[in-house]
Amino acid sequence: MNFLSAFAIFFAAIFTDNILLTKYLGMCSFLAVSRKVETSWGLGLAVTFVMTFTSAINWVVYNYLLKPRDLEYLRYIIFIVIIAAFVQIVEMIIERVSDVLYASLGIFLPLITVNCSILGVSLFMVIRDYSLINSIAFGLGSGIGWMLAILAMSGIREKMKRSQIPNGLEGAGIALIIAGIMAMAFMGFSGILTLS
Amino acid sequence: MLGSIITAVLISGAISIILALFMVIADNTIANYGEVEITVNDDKKLKVEGGKPLLKTLMDKEIFIPSACGGRGSCGLCKVKVKNDIGGYLPTELPWINEEEKKENIRLSCQVKVKQDIQIEIPKEYLYVKEFKAKVKNIRELTHDIKEVTLKLIEPEKIDFKAGQFIQFEVPEYELCDESVYRAYSIASKPSQKNIIELEIRFVPNGICTTYIHKHLNEGEIVTINGPYGDFYLRESEREIIFIAGGSGMAPIKSIIADMKEKNIQRKTRYFFGARSKKDLFLTDKMKKFESELDDFKFIPALSEPEEDDNWNGETGLITEVVDNYLDSGENKEAYLCGSPGMIKACVEILTKNGVPENLIYFDEFG
Repeated sequence: MNFLSAFAIFFAAIFTDNILLTKYLGMCSFLAVSRKVETSWGLGLAVTFVMTFTSAINWVVYNYLLKPRDLEYLRYIIFIVIIAAFVQIVEMIIERVSDVLYASLGIFLPLITVNCSILGVSLFMVIRDYSLINSIAFGLGSGIGWMLAILAMSGIREKMKRSQIPNGLEGAGIALIIAGIMAMAFMGFSGILTLS
Repeated sequence: MLGSIITAVLISGAISIILALFMVIADNTIANYGEVEITVNDDKKLKVEGGKPLLKTLMDKEIFIPSACGGRGSCGLCKVKVKNDIGGYLPTELPWINEEEKKENIRLSCQVKVKQDIQIEIPKEYLYVKEFKAKVKNIRELTHDIKEVTLKLIEPEKIDFKAGQFIQFEVPEYELCDESVYRAYSIASKPSQKNIIELEIRFVPNGICTTYIHKHLNEGEIVTINGPYGDFYLRESEREIIFIAGGSGMAPIKSIIADMKEKNIQRKTRYFFGARSKKDLFLTDKMKKFESELDDFKFIPALSEPEEDDNWNGETGLITEVVDNYLDSGENKEAYLCGSPGMIKACVEILTKNGVPENLIYFDEFG
């Protein structure tokens, strides 16, 4: 594996290796909450926050608790448990700070727990053998990348309210097509930076 | 081998315990809003534990705000005026709140969470609303689709209400609903019978509560109700009374008439009751009896589609037509209506057309 600075990983995670648009991870909440830019902001920030911190916590747990004892196979369940607990705490904080944000994120907040992009980030960082700094950069970058994608999507969907969509494509259908086109557009970034 | 299993169990156990500890700490710090104070109508102060929806918090303190959906934000009934600033409207509230109400800061109490001291204003009669446990004493069929349910109050044993008011019936979790819901029904019994509540409930296909009552409820079972609610009751005046009802709209009117008889209120009274055919008529004997007991009371049932073997020689036609024929002027009259929204709308039109002032038309609409 080539040495990649944290900086490069950060940008690669946002653009060339956007977790949503290149790996198609985290689609569920991406499709469900991308109707309004305002809520997308909220969810995007929440995901970024959770991703950054869980990747750091998971890195520490993996490298100091699991790896030395040959318990790597436990990582799936341990990562999920840590993410779940962390999301719960974030949920409590949001509920305390902003009722409006809490109400608009609604059931999607607990859904972050099962947002596969968050588990995906933790697993990629393990597979790619990142250092702690690199993992945090990767988590933060992936979160921002995910937020970028959902903001772009919600921006397009807000505009799309005024366009005529064939009946059969309304809702998830057209959203998936847009996501596909966005993914192709993001391919334009490829080659600038490479991960793994 | 055994060693690695034990370490695996220990490590995952230790991580879970640490996380659980964090959760407990968070629950007691971040999610703990401590004790807050709710001031009701500037005078009653309640110390409550913060963090729960206002509707639920008030319910725990035995203040019942009417709500047909049980707190899911889908009926829009549990409106409460909040006098201090508790943050902006939530998206779940907005469909139910109009511009006027926004100016007054009327909120949906099932959506607003109690996180700080809060001052609210609610109609005074809500403070008299109580929750009752009652035993189903009797269920009988009034018509092919209306059942009369008699409840005997157990705890508390007595209810004070005005004739014409309604209660809320709690439907427990069963096959049509996965959490308990509340539905409103008018009280058909008279206020002097403080221990007994009669309800007249018409079966609505797939209706959550009516299906429960018609198909699942048995005599002897214990049910929960709360009430009384509503401002549908007889106003004091010397005017002629016009009652108009259809179907189970009989209930509150029957209560009012029985109450009039007991209190010896002798006002000219006409009661128009609309039904499709003879099989939809009920309690006619009882109404005939009132005719002989009250000085100037007439029960006028009208059938819109009498069947051939009904041998009907009373009024026929839509209830609106019958009322229209009867009224020559709206002078010195007041009207009380109970029935479906469509029927009420049509009747209000006919009454105002004949000159009954709109502010003297009182109605109780089925939701």
